[in-house]
Amino acid sequence: MKLLVCINKTPDTTARISFTSDGTKFDSSGVQFIMNPYDEWYALVRAVELKEQLGGTVTAVHVGSADSDTIIRKALAIGADDAIRINKAPTDAFDIAHQISVIARDQEYDMILLGKESIDYNSAEVGPMLAELLELPFVGFANKVESNGQQAIVSRDIEGGVETAIIPLPVVVSAAKGTAEQRIPNMRGIMMAKSKPLKVVEPLEVAQTVLPVQFELPSGRTTCRMIDPDNMEQLVELLHTEAKVI
Amino acid sequence: MPVLVFAESTDGVCKKAAFEAVTYGAKLASKLGTNCLALTIASPENATELGKYGAHEVHDVSLGWKHLDTSIYSKIIAEATEKLGADTLVLSHSSTGRSLAGRLAIRLKAGLVSGANALPENGDDGLQVRKSVYSGKALGDYKIIAPIRIISVMGNAFSPVVTGDAVEVTSLEISTEDSKIQIQSVSKVEGSVPLPEADLVVSGGRGLKGPENWGLIEDLAKALGAATACSRPVADSGWRPHHEHVGQTGVAIRPNLYIAIGISGAIQHLGGVNNSKTIVVINKDPEAPFFKAADYGVVADLFEVVPKLTEAVRAFKAQ
Ligand SMILES: Cc1cc2nc3c(=O)[nH]c(=O)nc-3n(C[C@H](O)[C@H](O)[C@H](O)COP(=O)(O)OP(=O)(O)OC[C@H]3O[C@@H](n4cnc5c(N)ncnc54)[C@H](O)[C@@H]3O)c2cc1C
Ligand SMILES: Nc1ncnc2c1ncn2[C@@H]1O[C@H](COP(=O)(O)O)[C@@H](O)[C@H]1O
Repeated sequence: MKLLVCINKTPDTTARISFTSDGTKFDSSGVQFIMNPYDEWYALVRAVELKEQLGGTVTAVHVGSADSDTIIRKALAIGADDAIRINKAPTDAFDIAHQISVIARDQEYDMILLGKESIDYNSAEVGPMLAELLELPFVGFANKVESNGQQAIVSRDIEGGVETAIIPLPVVVSAAKGTAEQRIPNMRGIMMAKSKPLKVVEPLEVAQTVLPVQFELPSGRTTCRMIDPDNMEQLVELLHTEAKVI
Repeated sequence: MPVLVFAESTDGVCKKAAFEAVTYGAKLASKLGTNCLALTIASPENATELGKYGAHEVHDVSLGWKHLDTSIYSKIIAEATEKLGADTLVLSHSSTGRSLAGRLAIRLKAGLVSGANALPENGDDGLQVRKSVYSGKALGDYKIIAPIRIISVMGNAFSPVVTGDAVEVTSLEISTEDSKIQIQSVSKVEGSVPLPEADLVVSGGRGLKGPENWGLIEDLAKALGAATACSRPVADSGWRPHHEHVGQTGVAIRPNLYIAIGISGAIQHLGGVNNSKTIVVINKDPEAPFFKAADYGVVADLFEVVPKLTEAVRAFKAQ
């Protein structure tokens, strides 16, 4: 089974979010970057597990500049066999999907795994775009991903239940909670990662369809009103008359 | 050129998200001086209702099967967009809408902004759309410069508003193919309100001490008619099912009311809930960070105060 996992770099979950003074760019000074949790915990680990079960290879792919190499090495330490970095600070999902489609079209992977979304722009756009470019089926927000080498068996939450579908390979799947358990790279993995191949390829020109204009921080809530614990009737009253939510 | 809204339905009934999306599409259409059209692909019985929320026309493409096949759905929606001459497509920012939006952006060579939480500004050089980014910690404005634009609308950001009358549903002829996806099973959980759609949510954290105390959360939720949720360590410890975990790495919600009980308010938790309209926090620690994000706070032992709150809600409902 030939697997491709798309990994992204995002600010740490505890990072204080701020923007440059003109509000046009994310201010990354002092921010620590990590591998997007959905990519690391779920997509990558599940890909490695499928390889362990069925044989084959796991390739990690990332669109980004050389400062992403630490997260790519981490992916190799967790169990990817090799990695490809497309050398470009991406503009948006449209760009990323096009860049990855070139690699994927060339290589004929059986399964392409992504995280359900990046925790920075929360768009969940790359997976469906990539699937469409490759004319492959896409199943999003999977909570369980199995395969027998011919088909993928994927479960996901639907309204009020769980749906399990069988899809012939090749397929593009985005992974959410439940697909795997986080793995901490061990010493051996970290050592081995150093000698695994990391190929750098040059990007393709992609025209933008959407331009970021401005970012801002939301105005916080007005101060919290404290309610006497012995007067829950007052809380209910306020929720009804003031907040108008019940 | 008209605005086309893809109206989602389940089991023959339009979802609340469909009415929200049509409300949004109708407001956008009037801003652009054009009509709002709605598209369904499962002929829900109540599709005529979409007219009440502002759809001038409702078009139906009936599929023989019900499950989501993103390849076929996106092909149908793209063809309908072209047939109906729409240049703006509105979807719900649900798991279905999000699984389709990216495919459609490629098919229609469109510019996509997903998770919009405000009506776009219409400039000379394109629509400018606002969405929340960094898990609700910031807002971003994006300008769509492609001629075709796709917007997915965040759930609970636009209350459905009735503005007119029901309209007749016309059927739209688009050829479809058979799905390659085979459904092995669908297990139903009866009776519960799906979390992302819930207007009221009662949520518990590690302060509850163990799964045996969840009756407190459930009783309050029942009294309110609310859905239940939890913090991540609660789901990780197996006290509650994974799908109830809210936050930056769980489900992101924006209900009208979020009641957080025994949850400290870690930044990753807030990331999934801070867009809620009203937040109530119950915590015995007055220094708990969650109070900074709350509208109403109660500093108390949850085991004493939650039953009192439940009683007060029941008394209120009985009036
Ligand atoms: C990468 C990453 C992603 C994460 N994603 C998420 C996420 O998506 N969602 C999420 O929730 N967490 C997430 N977390 C975990 C998060 O950092 C916190 O650890 C977690 O939210 C804490 O859960 P809690 O508030 O239930 O527990 P605690 O932090 O232990 O808080 C329990 C609270 O209960 C109060 N309490 C205790 N007893 C009582 C009582 N008798 N009466 C009243 N109050 C009481 C305490 O004062 C305390 O404030 C993530 C962490 C990381 C590192
Ligand atoms: N720069 C990138 N390089 C490789 N994969 C990416 C990149 N950005 C996003 N992805 C993948 O696409 C998924 C969805 O991202 P997004 O559309 O940004 O929410 C992520 O979970 C990753 O698997």
